[in-house]
Amino acid sequence: MANSFLSIEKLTQRYPDGKGGEFTVFENASFGIEKGEFVCILGHSGCGKSTIMNILAGLSEPTKGVVKMDGFAVSGPSLDRGVVFQNYSLLPWLTALKNVTFGVAARFPDWTKQQVEDRSIAFLDKVGLSGDAIHRKPSQLSGGMRQRVSIARAFANEPKLLLLDEPFGALDALTRGTIQEELLKVWSGTDQTVFMITHDIDEAILLADRILLMTNGPLARVAESVEITIPRPRVRTDIVEHPNYYAIRNHLVQFLGKRSAELAGQVSAEGETHSPQTVRIDKTRGAADEQPLLQAVKT
Amino acid sequence: MDLLSENKRAAIWSIALLIVGLLVWEMSISAQAINTGELTEYELLTGADTAKAGVPPPSEVAVKAWQELSNPFYDAGPNDKGIGIQIGYSIYRVLTGYFLAAIIAIPLGFLIGMSSVAYKALNPFIQVLRPISPLAWMPLALFIIQDSEASAIFVIFICSIWPMLLNTAFGVAGVREDWVNVARTHELGAFKTAFTVVLPAAAPTIVTGMRISIGIAWLVIVAAEMLVGGTGIGYYVWNEWNNLDLTSVIFSILMIGVVGMLLDAAFGLLQRRVAYVE
Ligand SMILES: Nc1ncnc2c1ncn2[C@@H]1O[C@H](COP(=O)(O)OP(=O)(O)OP(=O)(O)O)[C@@H](O)[C@H]1O
Ligand SMILES: [Mg+2]
Repeated sequence: MANSFLSIEKLTQRYPDGKGGEFTVFENASFGIEKGEFVCILGHSGCGKSTIMNILAGLSEPTKGVVKMDGFAVSGPSLDRGVVFQNYSLLPWLTALKNVTFGVAARFPDWTKQQVEDRSIAFLDKVGLSGDAIHRKPSQLSGGMRQRVSIARAFANEPKLLLLDEPFGALDALTRGTIQEELLKVWSGTDQTVFMITHDIDEAILLADRILLMTNGPLARVAESVEITIPRPRVRTDIVEHPNYYAIRNHLVQFLGKRSAELAGQVSAEGETHSPQTVRIDKTRGAADEQPLLQAVKT
Repeated sequence: MDLLSENKRAAIWSIALLIVGLLVWEMSISAQAINTGELTEYELLTGADTAKAGVPPPSEVAVKAWQELSNPFYDAGPNDKGIGIQIGYSIYRVLTGYFLAAIIAIPLGFLIGMSSVAYKALNPFIQVLRPISPLAWMPLALFIIQDSEASAIFVIFICSIWPMLLNTAFGVAGVREDWVNVARTHELGAFKTAFTVVLPAAAPTIVTGMRISIGIAWLVIVAAEMLVGGTGIGYYVWNEWNNLDLTSVIFSILMIGVVGMLLDAAFGLLQRRVAYVE
């Protein structure tokens, strides 16, 4: 794990609790993400997902611990780490196109205006936005279109790591579906690594190579790392028929429904490292060896 | 009536009110004029019939306006200049003082908005200086600057600085952190962030401050010019009052209103240009 593309080492975040003391959001959290991997993180509201993401983005400093990307410690934000924020990440006074050129011009400062615009239009097109819609301001776009613009802006910059904070949280199920597919389309064929926060279990199964599960806060932990043993390319309507789908889904529901609370709030011993347990559920290896639902492999 | 749009109906009402107002004014003046027919000898002696001293009817004001506006830029000595020249002086002073204030208030407001230390350090001064009537500075300005022209500009400067300073600080401090984070994740430097993110985000609030300031500056210039004299619309009003030429006084009052409205409308236009919907 120490040689992962992205390695999170003993991350601790504490905040003042407003009564003069401190509370610990998470402590000694450690995990790694490989290059090109799509990782989703699931956990209850308030457990510290956005906090982790902001630290990965370099937007805030952890109380303790380091994040290393390509072996170098992360300090401060960088164009190598693109972020799609949950809300308001578009600049409302710029048109959709200008919002994307804003990013592209920052990424490729030597390019001509035409080059910047061509690339922006191409990426907007990839997420299904073209025509006069790209000349409208965010306030004149639907929620789904806005989020498409954010995604286009992030991908157009070719960051090594893409961080998405509940990008589809405010969208209806139908729109979600189409944008999820667009996201997969844009991501596949790149070697970009994606770290995405979501509240939607089905979305996580559709998109991720691996799902990190967080226990409830305070003192939250990244308790498990669940491999999604469903081959790509995945299509929403087909994956539900895959033998692993419901097994994985049940496991996730069980965790979020029960065990996330049971495992919560354990104070760790000094210097202890909390790495997630790898969970691999695979029912396709033949009914003969009668797999238990949960096969835990300690790493 | 229902067939007409709201705007048209409002316009009809405005015109009707104007006509009624002017008629009432005109008629009340002519009623007074009839009264002068029955003046006592004493009243005649004390000059109560002097037409000049009475409030003129709107028709007279209109004639005066026509005369003045058909030749606004004549210059026949220090006490007899066209209305265009007088207003020109006033606008020149207002804009000079105003832009000097903007040059200082907007960058300083940025600083105060960005840094809470700067805000806390400067706030006591602002709170004490802001409520001072700009005209209260006049004697000090005249004494120190020793020049009435520059003193008038200084008074405009001091009165227009506060709304711009406070609104800029307020607007900059209120810029969404998410937007600043967008700039940070794109590795924009401090200046680039200030110009491409903070300035457009705070622009509506800043322009509102600028609009308030220009309004105050136009209010204050009239009073300031009455004090310093020489030129300008404020001086003109006062001068015509001394001449007991009420027709000119009323005409210039109207002109002050019209120019103030135009200045405000210009900033209204700017405000609409920088507005955005979140
Ligand atoms: N700047 C801050 N100061 C104090 N406490 C904070 C701060 N930011 C976050 N917290 C606290 O840290 C905890 C984790 O917050 P975080 O935003 O990471 O949650 P989350 O998992 O993203 O939740 P959600 O799913 O609702 O977005 C919460 O209890 C929150 O109150
Ligand atoms: Mg969050």
